[in-house]
Amino acid sequence: MSEEVKVFGFWCSPFSRRVELALKLKGVQYEYIEEDVFKNKSPLLLKYNPVHKKIPVLLHNGKPIAESLVILEYIEETWKANPILPEDPYEKAMVRFWTKFADEKCLPALWKAGWSPENEREKAVDEACECLKTLESALKGKRFFGGETVGLVDIAANFIAFWLRLIQEATGQELLSAEKFPDLFKWTDEFGSCSVVKESLPPRDKLLAFFKARVAEAMDAQTNASK
Amino acid sequence: MAEEVKLFKTWSTPFGLRVVWALKLKGIQYDAIDEDLSNKSALLLQYNPVYKKVPVLVHNGKPISESLVILEYIDETWKQNPILPEDPLEKARERFWAKFNDEKLLPSIWDAFTKEGKEREEAIATSLENLKFVEEELKGKIFFGGEKIGLADLVFGWLANLICVFEEVTGFKIIDERFPVLLAWMQEFLELPIIKDNLPPHDKLVIKYQALYEKYHPAK
Repeated sequence: MSEEVKVFGFWCSPFSRRVELALKLKGVQYEYIEEDVFKNKSPLLLKYNPVHKKIPVLLHNGKPIAESLVILEYIEETWKANPILPEDPYEKAMVRFWTKFADEKCLPALWKAGWSPENEREKAVDEACECLKTLESALKGKRFFGGETVGLVDIAANFIAFWLRLIQEATGQELLSAEKFPDLFKWTDEFGSCSVVKESLPPRDKLLAFFKARVAEAMDAQTNASK
Repeated sequence: MAEEVKLFKTWSTPFGLRVVWALKLKGIQYDAIDEDLSNKSALLLQYNPVYKKVPVLVHNGKPISESLVILEYIDETWKQNPILPEDPLEKARERFWAKFNDEKLLPSIWDAFTKEGKEREEAIATSLENLKFVEEELKGKIFFGGEKIGLADLVFGWLANLICVFEEVTGFKIIDERFPVLLAWMQEFLELPIIKDNLPPHDKLVIKYQALYEKYHPAK
């Protein structure tokens, strides 16, 4: 049976881009379906992910899988080329630990620091920097979290390599700098310069414009709130 | 080399309990170290510097933290009585529901227990919605894993021994006759010897959660 792989995603979501990156890394052909997540989710998406009603959803021969990290593990187990997880159970556990840390701690902390109102900003930034420092310690001077090749932690941390830089540009805040986090900063360049990663990123200008619009919205909201 | 397995937990933590169940299911000998979270041991802080939490599994001196990561490690290291199926799609289903419990259901029920007023009402509504999804998933099955328990059962297992404690303390029944499949699952799960013989004492749990409840809802 010929394989049918579809990805339901959103152009600027790091979560659906993770799935696309893993598929590209393994040379898996897929059809991409762009969802209008803010205004008009498709009936198919709601059918395939009734619990969360979110992207990404991977559809493999008609069977849906939701939650990006669950999808990544599924991809790893289904297509064996270019593994993103090590064989050894302990090494695997370490990769899963750091993947969870990046996903459950770093991302929310960074997002919060980027968008928090003035009065909460310092605390949010401190917490975000703690996360970055801890994540950096997992790199241990390697080229990628996965060693010589991109692995699960690298994919899960894609937000830090690309989205974060653009949020920083849009907000004028600097959370991740070469001075404060030299190893992590270097990793963002290494990761970002992989051709397969570049193919799995949203268009830079479009994403920057998106974030700048959000900054403007947030400022308007604050101005109106203080009137 | 003789195997050395240690589990750092507390007597009551549901996250540690799910690891206990997995170890017992696979017949793995281990040393249990019950921590006092108000006075964490130096060893715990050394083994889990990132989160400083329980549970932590230490296998031949190597520590693993985060209960879901530990459960997958246990399944890959000791192959008897697997808690994850072979098929990648079925494995994905187990992982999806394990995440759902930890990220959605458990937090919503915890909020229903700890919050007050409008926030509490919202938490109860969210909990009921979440429970409906779980009820739907269980239909036609004895366990989340099918005929035998698997990862999702171990992760949802806290419902079987803690929900009744919450209900006793708050006087509010959250898993009622609207959830017949879930109620049946709880009963089946509790009857398994692995589970039945490895539960924290009910009375002690009631005292603990009664005290916590009073902390979150001080008498005015």
